[in-house]
Formats: sequence, structure tokens, C-alpha cells
Amino acid sequence: MYAFQYRKAKSADDAVSALAADGDAKILAGGQSLVAAMKLRLAQPSALIDLGTIADLRYVKVSATEVTIGAMTTHAAVAASSELKKAIPALAALAGDIGDRQVRNMGTCGGSIANNDPAADYPAACQGLGATIITNKRKISADDFFKDLYETALDAGEIITAVSFPIPKRAAYMKFKHPASRFALVGVFVAEAADGPRVAVTGAGPGVFRVKNMEQALAKKFAPESVASIKVPADNLNADMHAQADYRAHLVTVMAKRAVEKALK
Amino acid sequence: MAVKVSMTVNGKAVSHEVEERTLLVNFIRETLKLTGTHVGCDTAQCGACTVLMDGKAIKCCNMVAMQAEGANITTIEGVAKADGTLHPMQQAFKEHHGLQCGFCTPGMVISAIDLVKNYPNPTEEQIREQLEGNLCRCTGYHNIVKAIKAASTDKNVTVVGG
Repeated sequence: MYAFQYRKAKSADDAVSALAADGDAKILAGGQSLVAAMKLRLAQPSALIDLGTIADLRYVKVSATEVTIGAMTTHAAVAASSELKKAIPALAALAGDIGDRQVRNMGTCGGSIANNDPAADYPAACQGLGATIITNKRKISADDFFKDLYETALDAGEIITAVSFPIPKRAAYMKFKHPASRFALVGVFVAEAADGPRVAVTGAGPGVFRVKNMEQALAKKFAPESVASIKVPADNLNADMHAQADYRAHLVTVMAKRAVEKALK
Repeated sequence: MAVKVSMTVNGKAVSHEVEERTLLVNFIRETLKLTGTHVGCDTAQCGACTVLMDGKAIKCCNMVAMQAEGANITTIEGVAKADGTLHPMQQAFKEHHGLQCGFCTPGMVISAIDLVKNYPNPTEEQIREQLEGNLCRCTGYHNIVKAIKAASTDKNVTVVGG
């Protein structure tokens, strides 16, 4: 790891001003991706601004219409929230299936979203549920937030403080796990939301994306057979030693079908 | 540059100067000389470096020591009683021979204590699923699962040290 300075932020505002003072500093949430990247010298921040001790960024609040999760809430805490399990069981299940138990005790909702790993699970939930990402300056729709590989709509000096998820009528997430890393080779989040069905795919492309023709078919009839014969083009999908692009495209249809089945159970 | 880091490890307050980039696992092994916590893959996959931080299992090769500032850490050296009586999970691993080469064992035992805390009286399926973050390259999982299942009924299984 390259050398860096370390600073514990006292509050979200304190972190924002520390970030403004040093353009090469990075925010440290749970560090499950960032520390790993730094160990490989893939990242070289001048300083880490640690949000770890800011207790008021760790919460799960459930209202009649939405669930709001503080940015520093760990995956384990999200998975264990009994209120969330009632409101959006698919989201609690998704958080409970990220990485492994030890990683879930450190990794955070906000950290995962800000990192925007192309195979992470949370981006699929954000677009699949039509979430709103709340930062220190504004609210950003999940549809506008995830830009490209590890790239988001966050400006320099902007940090995520919370994410709010509208409660859908029903939802489910199905992931085909990479056999070693447990990241999604392909993961599909399906929801029947207030504004209609949503289908969001992670792992397959350079970033999360929605499948509009599946959504239109589900709007006519929310059933597995509606998506069973809809194929996504393999052109821009990821291809590596684990799966070719056409295999990933095939998995999108299979996982979407299974997710709809699961949502209806 | 050096910074001072303070935390409680196995019930004792410790405070040392470290580099900001010192990983928690290196602080535990090299500064505190508690070498029961192992470094296996060094990439947060194998779980040999698992310790309890404020009662929760975490992989200490994937965090800097400063992240544990003020925390309460338990390593494998801190799970048995002061008089040497093994922790129920250690005892179960011994009785069921839940180890072959033993390299993954400290992480397995610590992880298993956290597992039964979250899943009291777990099924075999739950144990296998929740043990995803600990790899045994001897592939000796059968007896590890048996040991965890056996220890899970002990009323003191979530108590460490003492």
C-alpha cells in the first residue's frame, strides 16, 4: 500500500470539508473494496477520511411508502432489520447475500453505491426499486446516478448520506454468483413498483442497466412467461474467462424469469 | 508518518505508534506478537485472519489498524478462559477433529462463534452457507461443520475469554 494520511471524520459535514481541502483524498466507508484496491496499489489516495465512527449515518428507517438507509449502515445491519424484512424483503435478502458474513459486517450500503462496481448488488436494487441517492448537496435518481464502470454522478467533494427506496408491491433479486468471488456474474432485480414494473441488471455490462422491453412486457402481465423469451443484445456485455458475452446475455433472461417467479411467491 | 492507535485486545488496553497504512492484521501479529491470527490469502477471501471487532467477525487483513481505534478486539488467543480452559467452540473442534493442517482453524473458530451468535442452533445448511467466508484448503469441512453444530448447543458458546 502507498502511504497516505488518515483522518477520522466527526460528522458528514466534517468529511465534506476535509474532502474539499484535499482533492486527492478519498472517503473510507467500510473499506471492503477500497482497502483491497489500495493493497494492490490500484488506488493511491493522499488521505483517507474515515466515516466509520459517525453513528448518525447508520440507520434503517421505514415509513408507509419508503425505506431510508443511512450511508454507513452495514450489509449485515440491513439484512437483519426486521422492519425492512417486512417492507422490502427482497432488499434485506440482497444485503444478506453480499460477499460473506465478515465482509457484510464491515461493508456499507453507501460505500457499495459510491464505488459502483459493475458486479455489485446494490446498484441493481437502486435501479430496480427506483431509489433516490441522497448526498450532502442534493437528491439524485438512481436512473441518473450510475454512469459507467466505477463512475457515478457524484461531484468531487460530494458524499452520499442516505438512500431511499420506495416500497414496491413485490420484488425479488436473483443472482448467478461468480464461483470464487461471489460477486454477480449476472444479477437481476425485478420489482412491481408504484410507477410500473422495473427490471435492473448488474454484473452483465459495464454498469447496472434497465431492460425496458422486459418492463413493458411485465406491465401487460407480471408473470415469468412475459420475460422468458425476451433476449438482451450481447454487444456491449462483459466477456471474460468466467463467461462470454452471449452467455451473460442468456443469463439475464434466465435470472429475470426466476426473479419474477420469486417475486410472485 | 506515525500515528497513535489505541484499542482493547483480548481485554487489555493497548496503544502503539503505527504507520497510517498498517493493516490491523499486521498490528495484531507484528506489533502485539499475537500470531494466532493468520494471513492466508491476504485478499479478504480465505478468512484465516478473522477476529471479533466489537463482537462481530471481520477480516482484519482488509482494514487498517486505525479503523479499529477505540474498538474491542478478540483474537483466537482471547477466546479461552484465563485458566486455560478451552472455549466451547475450541473444545468442539478438538473433539470432532475439525481441522487437518490447522492453518484456517483460528479464523474458523472465531467465525463460528459469530455464526452461532447470529444463528442460534443452526442447521447444517445454515452452517455451510454462513461459513462461505472461511476457506479450508485441506477441504476438511465435514468435521468443521460437525464441530460447529455440536458447540452451538453449549450455553456459553457466545462468551469469549473470562
